[in-house]
Amino acid sequence: MGSPTDLTLAELCGALKARKVSAVEATDAYLANIEKATALNAFITVTAEKARDMAKASDARLARGEGGPLEGAPLGIKDLFCTEGILTTAGSHILDGFRPPYESSVTANLWRDGAVMLGKLNMDEFAMGSSNETSFYGPVVNPWRKRGENAKLTPGGSSGGSAASVAAHLCAAATATDTGGSIRQPASLTGTVGVKPTYGRCSRWGIVAFASSLDQAGPIARDVRDAAIMLRSMAGHDRKDSTSVDRPVPDYEAAVGMSVKGLRIGVPREYRVDGMPVEIEKLWAQGVDWLKAAGCEIVEISLPLTKYALPVYYIVAPAEASSNLARYDGVRYGWRSKETTDIRSLYEKSRAEGFGKEVKRRILIGTYVLSAGYYDAYYLRAQKVRKRIFDEFVDAFGKVDLILTPSAPSAAFALGEKANDPVQMYLNDVFTVTANLAGLPGISVPAGLDKDGLPLGLQLLARPFDEETLFRGAAAIEKSAAFKVQPQSWWA
Amino acid sequence: MAIDKETVRKVARLARLAEPEERLEPLAKELSGILKWIEQLNEVDVAGVSPMASTVAMRLPMREDVLELGPTGGGQPDNVVRNAPKTEDHFFVVPKVVE
Repeated sequence: MGSPTDLTLAELCGALKARKVSAVEATDAYLANIEKATALNAFITVTAEKARDMAKASDARLARGEGGPLEGAPLGIKDLFCTEGILTTAGSHILDGFRPPYESSVTANLWRDGAVMLGKLNMDEFAMGSSNETSFYGPVVNPWRKRGENAKLTPGGSSGGSAASVAAHLCAAATATDTGGSIRQPASLTGTVGVKPTYGRCSRWGIVAFASSLDQAGPIARDVRDAAIMLRSMAGHDRKDSTSVDRPVPDYEAAVGMSVKGLRIGVPREYRVDGMPVEIEKLWAQGVDWLKAAGCEIVEISLPLTKYALPVYYIVAPAEASSNLARYDGVRYGWRSKETTDIRSLYEKSRAEGFGKEVKRRILIGTYVLSAGYYDAYYLRAQKVRKRIFDEFVDAFGKVDLILTPSAPSAAFALGEKANDPVQMYLNDVFTVTANLAGLPGISVPAGLDKDGLPLGLQLLARPFDEETLFRGAAAIEKSAAFKVQPQSWWA
Repeated sequence: MAIDKETVRKVARLARLAEPEERLEPLAKELSGILKWIEQLNEVDVAGVSPMASTVAMRLPMREDVLELGPTGGGQPDNVVRNAPKTEDHFFVVPKVVE
C-alpha cells in the first residue's frame, strides 16, 4: 500500500477498520503533507498534538472492534467552526486570540463519529469573498496551476483552505460553509466535490455567523461518495439552532451509484453570462449528453429571474452581516484598539482596526440598506424578489427532479486579478447564489479541464431535502467524466 | 442612487466603524458602484409579493422556560469572560460611560 493520504475517505475508513493502517499512521502522514505545503497557506492553525491524541484514542477504539463511521479519519476544519479551546479566527484580525469555550454542533458530530482534527483551514474573512484574498492570514494558493506556468492562482472562496487542502491531499476531507457559493465555487476551481445541503440540514450553532438566512455548512471531499459520507455525519437536528430541521438523516452513501434512469434533468437557458469561456458551455452540453446516455430525460427550463439573484444577495447578505457582526465590539472577545478614549472610540476603532476592507464595505452596505428611508427601497424589495426567485424554483421542480448548470463562470484565476473590482468578484457566484436564496441543496462535481489544464465543475440542484437524488445525479456525472487528474505537487 | 461622502460618514457612524477622512470619498464611489448595480432590481415586478425572510417553512420550536445546562445555559461566569480583552472579577471593563 502507498501513503494513506492517497486513499479516498471511504477507502481510508475501510483500511482503518481492517487495521491495515492505524489512525496514528494516517494522521502522521497527513501532518507530514501539511508541513511540506506551507506554500499553499491552507491552514491557519495546525493542531498536530490534538490530532495525534485523537488518533491514539481512535486506534484504541478500533482495536476493541468499536468506532464510528469516521473513526480515525483525519479532517480539516474551516476556521469558521468554533472548536473548543482552539483558536477560531473566521479569517479575521478582530477574532485575535479567540478560543471558544464550546464546540460547534457540526464538528461535535464529526468527533462523535470518530474523526480526527488536523487543524483549522484558511478562508476569506467572515466568509466574505470568492478568492480567499480577504483573509487576514493571506490568500490560500490553488494547488492547480496553468499548464507550463508558475503564476499563483486562487482556489476560490470563501472555503479556499478547505478546497485547496482536499485537492492537495492535506486532509481526507474538510468542512466548509456556503452562503452564496463558498463551497461549490472553490470545489469547482480545485477539482473537488462540494455540497451545500438544504438550509436547515446542518446545524449553524457554533459556526461564526455571516448571513443567517443563507449560511449552511457542508463538506468538500475528493469524490461524491466521500462527500456523502461526510454529510451524513455533519447533518442532523440540533435544538440549539432554531432553524435546524427535525427530520431523519438518510444514508446518503447508499444513493451513490443508484441508477438515474428516468430522472428528469432541467437545463435552464439563463445560466450563461457574457464572456463565459466556450469550454464551460461545451462542458455543460457534455454533462447533458452524459445524463441523457445514463437514461435521464432532459427538459429545457427557464428561470428568468436568475440575473437578479446576485443583486438580491448583495442586499440580503450584507444586511444580515451588518447585524451579526455588531457583536464584535472590542469588549467581550477578540481585538481591542489601544487608541481608545471613550466607549464610542473603543467600538469604532476596535472595529476599524479589526475588520478588513471587504468586511467593512459589506457592513456599510448592510447598514445603509437597513437605515431609515432606504429599508423599503432596498431590503424589502430584495426580500420580495427573493420570494419570486424561490417560487420560480418551486415551479421548475414541478417539472424536473434535478437542475444541471455550470458551477462557476470561469476556471481558477490569478490572485490579484479581480481584487480591485468588487462587482466583478461578486459575479463568481452567479450560478451558485440562487440555491442559497431558495434554500436548495446543490453540489459541484469536477467534470473536465479547460485549455490550460485547470479543472471545471458542473453543478446540480435538487428539491429541498432531496440530497439523495443530488448524490445519485452527481455520481452519474462523476462516472461519465472519469475525472482522475491530480495537480502536480509543485509545493512539496 | 449615488451616495455621497456625508452619507458614508453617517453610515460609518451608525455601524461604529471609524473610517478616516481620506477613505470617505473612495468609499462613496465604491458603494455607489455596488448600489447602482443592485438597482437593476427595480426592473422586477414585485406587486402583491410578500417578502421572504426565511426559506424554512416551519414555526419556531418552543421549549420549557427553564435554565439549561451546558454552553447555552447559565452558571458559567468564567467561560463568559474567558475571551474578553479586559475583565475584573466577572465583569467586562470598558472606559467610563457615565460621568
